[in-house]
Amino acid sequence: MKILVCISHVPDTTSKINFTEGDSKLDTNGVQFVINPNDEFGLTRAMWFKEKQGASVDVVNVGGPETEPTLRKALAIGADSAIRVNTDATDGYAVAKQLAKVVSDGGYDLVIAGRESIDYNGAMVPGMLAAMIDANFITNCISLEIDGTTAKAVREIDGGKETVSTSLPLVIGGQKGLVEESDLRIPNMRGIMMARKKPLNVIEPTDVSAETKVVSFEKPAPKGAVKLVDTDNIDELVSLLHNEAKVI
Amino acid sequence: MSILVYTESENGKFKKAALEVVSYAKAVADQMDTTVTAVAVNAEDVEVLGAYGASKVLLVKDESLKAFNAKKYAAILEGAAKNEGTNVVVLSASANSKYLAPMLAVGLDAGYVSNVIEAPSNVSPFTVKRSAFTNKAFATTEINTDIKIIGLSNNSFGLVESGGSASVENFSPEIPDSGVTVESVDKATDKVSIADAEIVVSGGRGLKGPENWGMIEELAEVLGAATACSKPVSDLGWRPHSEHVGQTGKPVASNLYIAIGISGAIQHLAGINASKVKVVINTDPEAPFFKAADYGIVGDAFEVVPKLIEKLKAFKAANA
Repeated sequence: MKILVCISHVPDTTSKINFTEGDSKLDTNGVQFVINPNDEFGLTRAMWFKEKQGASVDVVNVGGPETEPTLRKALAIGADSAIRVNTDATDGYAVAKQLAKVVSDGGYDLVIAGRESIDYNGAMVPGMLAAMIDANFITNCISLEIDGTTAKAVREIDGGKETVSTSLPLVIGGQKGLVEESDLRIPNMRGIMMARKKPLNVIEPTDVSAETKVVSFEKPAPKGAVKLVDTDNIDELVSLLHNEAKVI
Repeated sequence: MSILVYTESENGKFKKAALEVVSYAKAVADQMDTTVTAVAVNAEDVEVLGAYGASKVLLVKDESLKAFNAKKYAAILEGAAKNEGTNVVVLSASANSKYLAPMLAVGLDAGYVSNVIEAPSNVSPFTVKRSAFTNKAFATTEINTDIKIIGLSNNSFGLVESGGSASVENFSPEIPDSGVTVESVDKATDKVSIADAEIVVSGGRGLKGPENWGMIEELAEVLGAATACSKPVSDLGWRPHSEHVGQTGKPVASNLYIAIGISGAIQHLAGINASKVKVVINTDPEAPFFKAADYGIVGDAFEVVPKLIEKLKAFKAANA
């Protein structure tokens, strides 16, 4: 089985988000970048398939050279090789188009992406990719088993979960549950040394134009101070929620 | 030309989010001088959509579509959009709508923007505001394709009754085979889901153990709220994973979020920040949640929550 794991290079959750160039770009100054958490659950599940069932695992990112440390980290976790499509990730559609070419050229059976990235939160790339390459698609996936060319998966739905069956080729929008947090791997020194020698192939993009464009970013207005209510005066909270916040 | 909107139902009944997306579509239709056509699958009482601004309802009645299937439902919407000559499709932020939207976008060659929080600021170029960076920022975004798809954040626009009426047409588009089959669904039917809830009551490690969740459930029942929990609580197995809210759990965009015994780690706040009003109850006045909350009580949950339940019951009785 040939597995491709899509890796988004995103600011760590604890990073302060600021914008630059007239609020049109993320200010990357002092921002720590990581593998998108939803992607990391998928990568770890892919490593399980590689070790237990036999599979090759490649990782891919659409982005500039600055994303390479994130791909190297994925290699240190255990992926066999990495691909970087050398272009800016302008919107979900353009990224999906670039990935569709990588998947078709590489003949992958299973593509695992995150249900969404924690920066753009579009939740669109895996579904678009599946539609473009005419593969089956399961998102919000919290469990995945592959047997030959058939797959069984569990996905979260609003208020519960459902079990589905499908077949390869398959695109997954993964999340926590594919593996647990305690299963995530911190690269060890050997992994990091080996990752340096693994192939990281830079390929040129196909000609695609984005369908959407961010005009400007803004941050939410600063929040007022919390209104504290005394434990002996809970009536006041009920009154505030009813009369002021108007939520009950 | 009309604005197309997908109105989700469950067991024949429309979800609140369905009425919200119709309200939103009506606002867009007014801006573009056109009307709203709703698409409903196996729904009853479809006339209600007229009150929120739909002029026409395309109703698909098909037993084989009882279980949601993203590819089949995307094909229904694609067929409807082509029939209607639609330029704008509006969907909710439900798990199912978010599942089908990217497939529909590819089918219609449409630019898709999710997590939209308000009516377009401009319809030419078509410009909307969406949340990004897990609610730490907003992005004003232009869509440059002929057909546009808007995914509306839950509870961001609200319900607006415009008092019209809708004509209903049966619609039987061609439905493709889908490679994904639903084998079983595991869903509590008697509880409000976190996605649909207007109020969410959430418990953290401060509650000391799963045996103490009775009061969380009682508070939720009084408020008609969904119950949720922090990540450590689900990691410890005190509550099911499906209740975990936060960055790697379920997102919350409720009108009211009540956090009990949750300190407010940044990953937790990222997932719940889209909620409009936040209340925190915590013994530690230094807990980071107090910086994110609108209202707070510094106190012991075991003392505060029973009192709050009692006061809310009295309030509900007086306002019934």
